[in-house]
Amino acid sequence: MSYLSDVAALARKDLRLELRARDTLPAMLLFVLSTLVVFHFALPTGADEVAAQGLLWVALVFTALLGLARAWAPEREGGALEGLVLAPSDRSAIWLGKSAAVFVFLALIELVALPAFALFFSPLQAEAVLGVLLANIGICAVGTLLAAMAAASRTRELILPLLFLPLAIPLVVGGVGSSVSTDPGRYLLFLGLYDAVFAILCWASFEYVVSE
Amino acid sequence: MIQARAVEKRYGRRRALRPLDLRLERGGFLVVTGANGSGKTTLLRLVAGLAAPTGGELDVGADRGGLGYLGHEPLLYRDLTAVENLDLYGRLYRVPERRERIGMLLERYGLWEVRAERVSSYSRGMTQRLALCRALLHEPELLVLDEPYTALDGEGAELLDRQLAELAGTATVLLTTHDPGRVEPLATSRLALA
Amino acid sequence: MSTSSPNSRVSLVSVPALAALSAALVGLAIVLAFWVAPEDADQGISQKIFYFHVPIALTAYACFGWGAWKALRLLWKGGERYDLESYVAIHQGTIFGALTLATGSIWAKASWGHWWVWDSNQLVLFLVLFLFYSAYFMLRFSIEEGPRRANVSAVYALFGVALIPVSFLAIRLAEDFIHPTTFTRDGPQMTGTMFFAFCVCWLAITLVAYTLYRVELIGKRLDANLRELREILTA
Repeated sequence: MSYLSDVAALARKDLRLELRARDTLPAMLLFVLSTLVVFHFALPTGADEVAAQGLLWVALVFTALLGLARAWAPEREGGALEGLVLAPSDRSAIWLGKSAAVFVFLALIELVALPAFALFFSPLQAEAVLGVLLANIGICAVGTLLAAMAAASRTRELILPLLFLPLAIPLVVGGVGSSVSTDPGRYLLFLGLYDAVFAILCWASFEYVVSE
Repeated sequence: MIQARAVEKRYGRRRALRPLDLRLERGGFLVVTGANGSGKTTLLRLVAGLAAPTGGELDVGADRGGLGYLGHEPLLYRDLTAVENLDLYGRLYRVPERRERIGMLLERYGLWEVRAERVSSYSRGMTQRLALCRALLHEPELLVLDEPYTALDGEGAELLDRQLAELAGTATVLLTTHDPGRVEPLATSRLALA
Repeated sequence: MSTSSPNSRVSLVSVPALAALSAALVGLAIVLAFWVAPEDADQGISQKIFYFHVPIALTAYACFGWGAWKALRLLWKGGERYDLESYVAIHQGTIFGALTLATGSIWAKASWGHWWVWDSNQLVLFLVLFLFYSAYFMLRFSIEEGPRRANVSAVYALFGVALIPVSFLAIRLAEDFIHPTTFTRDGPQMTGTMFFAFCVCWLAITLVAYTLYRVELIGKRLDANLRELREILTA
């Protein structure tokens, strides 16, 4: 299907660009590790394990924000976004390709961050990891679209966190719930629901975000 | 190919293009001139479909796959090579025999030697040439060029002259320029924006 | 008062009539809530604020929904007027949202002695929504006027209504692991008179919101018309 091959070509392009520039991923990695260390000092002794699990999600959300702020930078630099919009391919493919690439980046970071968290604080259950993966989908889908909106704004870097954080709250609830609750299944289901609702919304509305 | 009736564009309070009538038949060559801020770029963006008119009617007889656009920005990825850029667009435009076409264009526009180098290392003239290749890649039936000569070096300009001469009559061309004399022989109609 | 903009629909009820009706209803509502309806056995006088707090909250939801509907119309069919209508609706919604938080806070203080409790899911939801819609205005005013701004605002407005149920669900789920408080969360049980008073209040506040919406729309359209006239005269 040519739609999927468009998405693949676009996602590949982003992966190739990051491989070449190597600026965003190392920064995100260092950021998440530094944040975890800060949390160690921010948690007074006696704070329970559960609090630390919650902080993991804070770290993930803000690390994602760091990466998302740069998500559309290559398109901005040479004006390539207009080139993509002009192409006969479906505009939603632009969003999907970019989201997929951001997902890969975030997953790569988590490959280091989650073991680091387990090392610094406490081990993670399988459900928690699944929660991270499901939340990733939501973060990437919504974050990529919001980043495109922010790119249209004068106050680009300032506004992305403001747009993203309220929408990230349900993801944090789902994620923390899957880590600490006695019934993580409910929370995983909820994350799936969030992903479904917002992915469809993003997919349908991206066209309007980039059109004039 | 293009029919515009009282087409205008405003961004809130700012009027970017005053109401305009326009007709360009298939195979025609329209040269648009005008001072900076007269709306040349806006007009071309409307025709290309990058913006929608806020008033009037605009009918463009080519869809996105049949339209080639060259704007003020090169529309390229600075950290990709020429080949990678054109390959991506080639896929998106479903260009048949993509590799051959890319090779042919790069060679024609003198970029074959630097095809594996990143666009960020190119001179302005080279970047503009590559942007031109991008616009021509899918053999568009409608070519919309916004001041293509401005960023081109001498050699590039000659190559463009030759390309436009070849295309005149087969493709429809809409072009803005500060130097109308250069394309005068090819023009079938002219428009001066105030 | 009528708008001269070609964009305005011909409405059945004029704004002054609406304003008069709203004022009358609000007056009636206040009388009913404070003098006619009986005091709640448990909560006493502080329960009275419910007569306003809940309708204000419901009205805020309605405004956000209305704004999202207009946003959908804008994206679906186009038409500059929908952008303005969506914006004004969301503006009203945000005002009523802020009022919800304020009345909720007063009620919390009166009932439990704290200006804020995380206990009330509704209140927490409004906090999240207030943050979300505040960002709407920051977004809108950092983009140059034009179709881009209209489209982006519309998409964001649609995200808002999707967020309302999802957030509510999230807050419910969060009860599990957020430290539960000992406050009771039951709303007042309403007798017949109370219910009647409540309905009148609800109608009154909805009408006030609608009146304000119409007034703001007229004001903004007059603004736009004036600008156009000025341009034509100076061009």
